[in-house]
Amino acid sequence: MSRTILVTGVSRPPGTELARRLQAAPGVDRVIGVDLTSPSDDLGDVEFVRADIRSPVIAKVVEATEIETVLHLGTLQPPSGPGRGASGREIALIGTMQLLAACQRAPSVRQFVLQSSTAVYGATSHDPALFTEDMTPTTAPSGGRSRDVFEMEAYVRGFAQRRADVHTTILRLAHLAGPTADTALTRHLKLAAVPTVLGFDPRLQFLHVDDAVDVLTRTSETAAPDRSTVSQPAPNGHRRERGRPVVYNIAGEGTIFLSQAIRRLGHAQVPVPSPLLPWVRALVGKRGELPPISELTYGRVADTTRMRTELRFKPHYSTAAALATMAGGRDA
Amino acid sequence: MPEPNGSGAKTAAGFALPEEWDRRLAGAMRFVRRRLTGEYEVDEFGFDPELTEAVLMPLLRPLYEKYFRVELSGLRHLPDVGAGLVVANHAGTIPVDALMTQLAIHDHHPAHRHLRLLAADLVFRLPVTAHLARKAGHTLACNEDVDRLLASGELVGVWPEGFKGIGKRFTQRYQLQRFGRGGFVAAALRHGVPIVPTAIVGAEEIYPIIGDVPPVAKLLGLPYLPVTPTFPWLGPLGMIPLPSKWMIDFGPPIPTSEYADQVDDPMVVFELTNRVRETIQHMLYRLLVKRGGAFGAS
Repeated sequence: MSRTILVTGVSRPPGTELARRLQAAPGVDRVIGVDLTSPSDDLGDVEFVRADIRSPVIAKVVEATEIETVLHLGTLQPPSGPGRGASGREIALIGTMQLLAACQRAPSVRQFVLQSSTAVYGATSHDPALFTEDMTPTTAPSGGRSRDVFEMEAYVRGFAQRRADVHTTILRLAHLAGPTADTALTRHLKLAAVPTVLGFDPRLQFLHVDDAVDVLTRTSETAAPDRSTVSQPAPNGHRRERGRPVVYNIAGEGTIFLSQAIRRLGHAQVPVPSPLLPWVRALVGKRGELPPISELTYGRVADTTRMRTELRFKPHYSTAAALATMAGGRDA
Repeated sequence: MPEPNGSGAKTAAGFALPEEWDRRLAGAMRFVRRRLTGEYEVDEFGFDPELTEAVLMPLLRPLYEKYFRVELSGLRHLPDVGAGLVVANHAGTIPVDALMTQLAIHDHHPAHRHLRLLAADLVFRLPVTAHLARKAGHTLACNEDVDRLLASGELVGVWPEGFKGIGKRFTQRYQLQRFGRGGFVAAALRHGVPIVPTAIVGAEEIYPIIGDVPPVAKLLGLPYLPVTPTFPWLGPLGMIPLPSKWMIDFGPPIPTSEYADQVDDPMVVFELTNRVRETIQHMLYRLLVKRGGAFGAS
């Protein structure tokens, strides 16, 4: 059986690399990459479709090319240009809805992989020390980004229910790190003087971009087993429940305090009371937005037992090693 | 004790000292360097053993040794290895008793174990205490965290009376309050770990609460606003604890493995909770008689 994989958000560096790796994977015939903007890197044999996944065009693409697997890069934030801020949220959410609607009607779709984030757990003072995959919040967290991720996952859960025959997988990635990582947190950490919340020191977990690409490739490159065996253990060992997505937390080994991360990067820490944080952030670095204050205050650590034992994935970089790859690069 | 070593050791003690200082200075420099560059490890809970042993504990030790003159008994009842649940009475307005117990076990138990404390979420909501608590190895008192700690063989400390215990009036001193809903017993049952009932005498007298100002407490988001004979009347001076004499007694462990098949029976949990509570109450009375007056000559 021929396999065609659809990758969204293919123009950003991790997406481009992912699409190329999938194209080279055995058993994969076609990889179709979709994004709003043209990719900056060479996509190789990947077929690029410039489309807005918020438009019905996406349904035509899914239908016409008989997509077997969909890899939706849900939260990999675009580095610049369109997709930042409010419009980025809209693209992410409305786009996910359109994409899922298209997949729901396409009988060829057998597998759906959502790249999500551990941000879905939120960050508060009354959270347990570690989040396991089963601690998915039942109500939307209050933080802007956490709320978006929560809603995106909720759409995907709904899809998994309606299309119980599709293998749906959600990968919740920790904070990305690495030379090419470009998130609110990495931009914040690259400041020479890093403003932090006075009196708080959150625990953080990092995942190197290469490991993120690795795990997303591995999850999407294997074909979904036959429909008759859907209730059998998946190739990766996890027993799927019909109509429910399989969820994995993905993070490098180990935990690090924000203060420790700043010291390891050789930058200075500037503790300020949290109400002043946005202003101080604007003073020391003009570019980019502030990471959510709740994350800078309470932090969050996800339990990766399931990643190691069931997905049998071991990130090449630990949290500390992933962070170390960012040393040297500074933004003014 | 400085240990003489190398060539300088053979000479008079006076000559050995500079070498010892040298070694210490080099050690201190390495420590400062490690701390400044972030080259130290913390576990997933945020526990930073180096900071705890080199900074936090030395700050508490004078309080423990000189001020409260803590006397220990029953240390042999604590397991050398493997999980255990230390359950104690709570008092003293702020949880100094838990910190003293942690220091006691680290300094005086032969295995020098770190007691991992379970704390209220208020601790993690307040600035400064939030990350210091994490770095000292404490975590939120919730089922997920206690399960995780016990499963990895840690010695866990729990003060089931919570705010009811530390916030009670001086007139109710040494009377155990409600023991929660027995969550700690259920956790011990699930993991089959022994419960070590522990009595602490002395914490009740450090800040005798004679009143509370609920409206102000509510405004500040605190469970109570204590009024003591010195606080808030003397301002910051009123925050100095009274130098009461302390005693900590670890009782014989209560095994839970025999109830392994009755984890889901609430009656077993209630009965065991009561048994632990009664045991601690009796230990408290015995210990109080032994100690005598809180501020008498020791």
